[in-house]
Amino acid sequence: MSKETFHVLTSTAVPLPIENIDTDQIIPARFLKATTREGFGDNLFRDWRFTADNEPIQDFVLNNSRYAGAEILVAGKNFGMGSSREHAAWAIHDYGFRVVVSSFFADIFRNNALNTFVLPVQVSQPFLEALLSAVEQDSTLQIVVDLPAQTISFGERSETFAINTYKKTCLMNGYDDIDYLLSLNADIREFDQAHA
Amino acid sequence: MNTQPTTLFDKIWDAHVVKHAEGHPDALFIDRHFIHEVTSPQAFDGLRKRGISVFNTSRTTATADHNVPTKDQHLPIREALSRHQVDTLRRNCAEFGVELYDLGHPFQGIVHIIGPELGLTLPGMTIVCGDSHTSTHGAFGNVAFGIGTSEVEQVLATQCILQYKPKRMRISIDGTLANGVTAKDIILYIISKISASGATGYFVEYAGETIRNLSMEARMTICNMSIEMGARGGLIAPDDTTFDYIKGREFAPKGEAFDEAVAKWRSLKTDDEATFDTELHYKAEDIQPMITYGTNPGMGIGIGEHVPLLTEIPDTEHVSYSKSLAYMGLEPGMELRNKAVDYVFIGSCTNARIEDLRTVAQFVQGKQKAPGVEVWIVPGSVQVARQAQAEGLTDVFASAGFELREPGCSACLGMNEDKIPAGKYCISTSNRNFEGRQGPGARTFLASPIMAAAAAVSGRVMDVRELL
Repeated sequence: MSKETFHVLTSTAVPLPIENIDTDQIIPARFLKATTREGFGDNLFRDWRFTADNEPIQDFVLNNSRYAGAEILVAGKNFGMGSSREHAAWAIHDYGFRVVVSSFFADIFRNNALNTFVLPVQVSQPFLEALLSAVEQDSTLQIVVDLPAQTISFGERSETFAINTYKKTCLMNGYDDIDYLLSLNADIREFDQAHA
Repeated sequence: MNTQPTTLFDKIWDAHVVKHAEGHPDALFIDRHFIHEVTSPQAFDGLRKRGISVFNTSRTTATADHNVPTKDQHLPIREALSRHQVDTLRRNCAEFGVELYDLGHPFQGIVHIIGPELGLTLPGMTIVCGDSHTSTHGAFGNVAFGIGTSEVEQVLATQCILQYKPKRMRISIDGTLANGVTAKDIILYIISKISASGATGYFVEYAGETIRNLSMEARMTICNMSIEMGARGGLIAPDDTTFDYIKGREFAPKGEAFDEAVAKWRSLKTDDEATFDTELHYKAEDIQPMITYGTNPGMGIGIGEHVPLLTEIPDTEHVSYSKSLAYMGLEPGMELRNKAVDYVFIGSCTNARIEDLRTVAQFVQGKQKAPGVEVWIVPGSVQVARQAQAEGLTDVFASAGFELREPGCSACLGMNEDKIPAGKYCISTSNRNFEGRQGPGARTFLASPIMAAAAAVSGRVMDVRELL
C-alpha cells in the first residue's frame, strides 16, 4: 500500500542538543487518546513547548521562528528511548519533520520511524556536534539527506549513514511491511497450522 | 538442523522464522499477540482499509488497561476521549472476532499481568504487544518484545513481524541478596551500571544463582524493565519454578498435555558452550535497596549512596545531567535518605502482582500512613484484587489509610486521571521516571514495593534495611 516515498531531502534543521530524549517527551501519554494517526504534531514536545496554561515557552527551539519550516530535527544521542508508542513518530511526521538526525537511536523508535516514513539518520558523535553547532549558528543552513547515496551533507562536511537495504527499498518505493508479509501468506498459513 | 552450541534466545527465534531472505529482515511468526485500547485502533483501521481480517483470532487477546479509570469501573467512563478509545476497542474486537477482557470481566487487568496469570504466556513462545514492557513475559523463557502500531497491524494481518535479529547479551547474578533487597533492586542496579541505553540492540538473558532462586513474579519484575536499558527484551530459562507457576492456570495445557509440554520446555536453555556478544556479571551482595534520582531509569543509586557530583559525570553529559536534577529539584552530592515524599504509588506491570501486595501488606500491618502523604495502591488485575481481598490484604491497606483502586496502568504513565501534581515527589514502584511521566511536572523516585511501603508509613525515603 503506497504512502509516500523518500529520495533526497534538502532542508534547514532544528537543533535540539539534549540526550536521551524519551517518547514521553516527544508525545506525553495524556495525548495518546486519539484513535486516528492525524493531529499529533500539535502536541509534539508538548511540555517543553507550552506551559501548563498553553502559553508557548519562548526559549524552546520549536517556538523560535528562525527555525520554522525545517524538515530535519537534529537531537542528542539515544533519541526515542522508552515507550513503544508509534504516536511519537506520527507526531514528528505530522509536525513536518521527514528526518531525525542523532548519534544513537532507541530500537523501537527506529522501527516506528521507518514505518512512518520518517528517516532516522545515525551519524558519528563528532559529525552530530558539528552539525548542531552549525545549525545553531545559522538557521538557514541547508542540509542534504540523500537516501539513495546514504549520505548527509552540509557545507563542506559529509558523512555516510547505514540503513538496511530492505527498508531503503521500502522508503524509496513507498512499500510497507504488510505488502511484503501478505506475499508470504501461504508459507505463514502452513507454519501456523504446523504449530497449532 | 543447527548443531552449534546455541543460546536460548536463538533457539526460540530460529524456530519461528517463516522466511529468511538475504537483505530482508526475518519474517518471524508470533504465537501470542496481546492488544490494548491505546496502540490498536489505528491498526484495526489499517485492516479495514486493506479489506483484510485478523489472521488467527485464537492467537490474539485484548484487554483495556492503559486508559481506564481506577475508580468506579462499573460505571461508564466519564472522560469522553478515554471512553471513545475503550469503546473503539470494544467495536474492533467485536467486528474482528478478538477475545476482549473488558472492564468488569474477571480476567481484566494490565496486559503483562493477565497474560502470565491466565497461562496464555508459556515457555518457548514468541509474544508481542504494542507496549514496550512486553519484555515482562520473557520471565517464562520466551521471546517477547514491544512493538509499534504499524507492527501491531502487521501481526493482526499476517501473524508475522519483520525483524532483524538483535545481538545477544547475558547478565549473570550470583550470590545471596541481603534482607530488604528485591528483584526491583537487582534490575535498577543493573540499569544504573550499564545506563538507559546500555543494552540497545540486544536481547538479554538473565542467568545465575540469584535469578534461579527468584519466584516467577520477581523474575517478571526483572524482565519487565529490560527495555529501560534499551534491550529489545529479556528472558530467563524456564525451570521447575516456571512449570509450577503455570500448572493449573486457566489456558495452560492440562493433564497429559501439560506433562508433554513440560518435557519439551525442559530443553529450553542455553547450551553450555554457546557464546554471547556481551557477557556481564554482578554479585548479589553488592546490591543495596535502590532508588532513582533523575529522569531516566539509569539514574539510580543505592540508598546508602549520594546523588553523583558533577565531577563524577562525563563533561559531555553535564547539560543533560543538570537539566535532569533541576527538573527533580535535587542537588548533586545530596542523599535521598530522609527526603520527604508527597505521594506513594504501588502499581504497574513492574510491581502490582499478588506477591508485591503481600510484601507491602506484611510491612504496613499495624502501621499507619504518614500524615500528608497520599498512598495509591493499584492491583495489576481483577484476579490480583480478588486474591488480595481473600487474603485480608485489602483490610490491612484500608486500616493503614492507603487508597485501594481498581486495576489498570494508572499513575505509571498518567494517561487517565491518576496523575501526580506538578512539583510533587512520588515514590513509585513503576518503571519510568521520565519528565512528566506521572503527570506534567511530577517528580518520580523509582523503587521497590517495600521501599515504597516504608516511605508510605514514614513520609520520607527510608533505608528499608534499618526497619526490618
